[in-house]
Amino acid sequence: MPHQESFVTVAGCKTRLMRGGSGEPLLFLHGARGASAWLPFWETLSKRFEVIVPEHPGFGGSDMPDWLDNTSDLAYFYLDFIDALKLTKVNLAGVSLGGWIAAEIAVRDDSTLKTMTLIAPAGIHVKGVAKGDIFMWSREEMTHNLFHDPAFASAALAIPPSEAEQFNEMKNRLATAKLGWQPRLYNPDLYKWLHRVQVPTLIVFGDDDKVIPPAYGPAFQKLIPGSQLEIIKDCGHAPQIEKAQELAQTMTSFIEARR
Amino acid sequence: MKFFFFHLMPYAALDPDYDQKYNSAWVTLPNSYYDPKIGHELYNRYLDELEYADTVGFDGICVNEHHSNAYGMMPIPGVMAGALARRTKNCKIAVLGRALPLLNNPLTVAEEFAMLDTITGGRLIAGFVRGIGAEYHAWGANPAESHDRFHEAHDLIIQGWTRPGPFAFEGKYYHFNYVNVWPRPYQQPHPPVWIPSQGSRETIEWAAHPDRKYTYLQTFSPVQALARYMQMYRETADRYGWQAGPENVGWAIPTYCAETDEIAKREAKAHIEFFFNKLLRMPQEMLLPPGYLSLASMQGVMAAKRTLSGGVQTIDDLMEKAIFLCGSPATLREKLEQYQAQIGFGYLLPTMQFGTLPHELVKKSTDLFANEVIPHFRGKADKQPARVSA
Repeated sequence: MPHQESFVTVAGCKTRLMRGGSGEPLLFLHGARGASAWLPFWETLSKRFEVIVPEHPGFGGSDMPDWLDNTSDLAYFYLDFIDALKLTKVNLAGVSLGGWIAAEIAVRDDSTLKTMTLIAPAGIHVKGVAKGDIFMWSREEMTHNLFHDPAFASAALAIPPSEAEQFNEMKNRLATAKLGWQPRLYNPDLYKWLHRVQVPTLIVFGDDDKVIPPAYGPAFQKLIPGSQLEIIKDCGHAPQIEKAQELAQTMTSFIEARR
Repeated sequence: MKFFFFHLMPYAALDPDYDQKYNSAWVTLPNSYYDPKIGHELYNRYLDELEYADTVGFDGICVNEHHSNAYGMMPIPGVMAGALARRTKNCKIAVLGRALPLLNNPLTVAEEFAMLDTITGGRLIAGFVRGIGAEYHAWGANPAESHDRFHEAHDLIIQGWTRPGPFAFEGKYYHFNYVNVWPRPYQQPHPPVWIPSQGSRETIEWAAHPDRKYTYLQTFSPVQALARYMQMYRETADRYGWQAGPENVGWAIPTYCAETDEIAKREAKAHIEFFFNKLLRMPQEMLLPPGYLSLASMQGVMAAKRTLSGGVQTIDDLMEKAIFLCGSPATLREKLEQYQAQIGFGYLLPTMQFGTLPHELVKKSTDLFANEVIPHFRGKADKQPARVSA
């Protein structure tokens, strides 16, 4: 079944979402670059799961609500979202900023979650390990720094964005700044409470992540009890694009081992 | 027309080849490029130039705020204003910072400005700005909160100056149980407020609101853009039901005056090109971080800005767009008279030192301007452009 696009209003915010496939729910939280188009990665997962990909409030086709100030607001929004869609036994996943939001959700209430996958998550700070400055990079630098294999960057840059896509990019950058300019892409209090996470958690990093260095992987693993860490070889900050099949397989096996 | 001598205090000794290694003179340019001994010379020289302006008949002098850069060495403009407060006797002193959204506690500005106003017996002009985009990278302040913080900090400062203290302030970003500003400003109800900007619609709409009627200053923009923004200010005032006058709009522009047009151009060339091509150099991401402008005005200003920070510019480009005023006293008189009549500004803020322009030339240009340009406008009423709609 091809994926569907729709809108749902949660906490007063008109939110765009894409859904595809059937099976256990897999709620995927996108990163700073938004989720405007359905990825082959989600198509693969939709063979096995009902994949639900909302655009966060403030991003892309979703409204910017007055209440949005930080990732804590988004964590509570997604708890409302899970209730509104009547989801249970949710396989929650998030990449980068989305991984940060997922972790914020889980420390608050993981009772509706079955598993959690944090892909190159933001959200904590490791002293002395510098993250990439995503707000200082040009569009070209950003695209190159996302990947290990420059061919992915070249392909992404080959087609210039339409005006609507440019506007979306600006909107996404604004929302990302709102959530993560200072302190830069982390919540100084989150690490203190990650021990509350009881849902089985998989942490995935690319070994050549230039945005959030792979050293963040072991740091997260240490903070989340019983979590599992997978490092993907020859992969940058966007495993869902650069290693889509491998990541889908790793996630599927992780989830299936927990039925 | 009133004339304010504007200084940026650049680090004029900057190695011009820095841009072979670094893409900007801001934020990421290592401060090893700065020599404290040269800094000592420059600061004192620049203060001399500002003090001199007071003695030759400028109505005011202006200091400025920028952080972590070679373009302007006044991260704390109040230090400069404090040094000038006692050495100058007649002129107004305009502090064309402070970048309010960068502050954790805006009451420091309420205090600082009130102190300066009191020492000078009411010669202070209070500038409120948001800083340029680079400041948000340098300071870690969130550009997405820039507008909201600016408005709230402004409200806090004005209330601190005008409401009897102590009172409680309950904002989104700033909370105080006891707002109680000592000293109160010398000028009552408060010093005049100037709003320098590079042309954001939000800022103009806000400055022209009848609760404020602040003087809007257009900084470093081609004359065409200047005309457009000042027209926008007047139309906004019309819409609010009041009529803006020359005292509501001012123009800040690098200016050089010499014996003849030819000499002026020859003497200014290297220095003004250094200013625009070396000191103002920065990538778009540094200049316009997300949220610094609303999404709506982002696209328009990005296009206009390319003329300011993109590509190498020659003195001819700059003079053609009148983003730089350069010529003999007769030429400057003629141009200023023409622009004033067309655009209707009541304040001119010539930046008489720019880039690497050395002291002797600053002094020569300042003298000529003070003796042969300023007097031409004394006693003449400022013109107002014809109102499009009645």
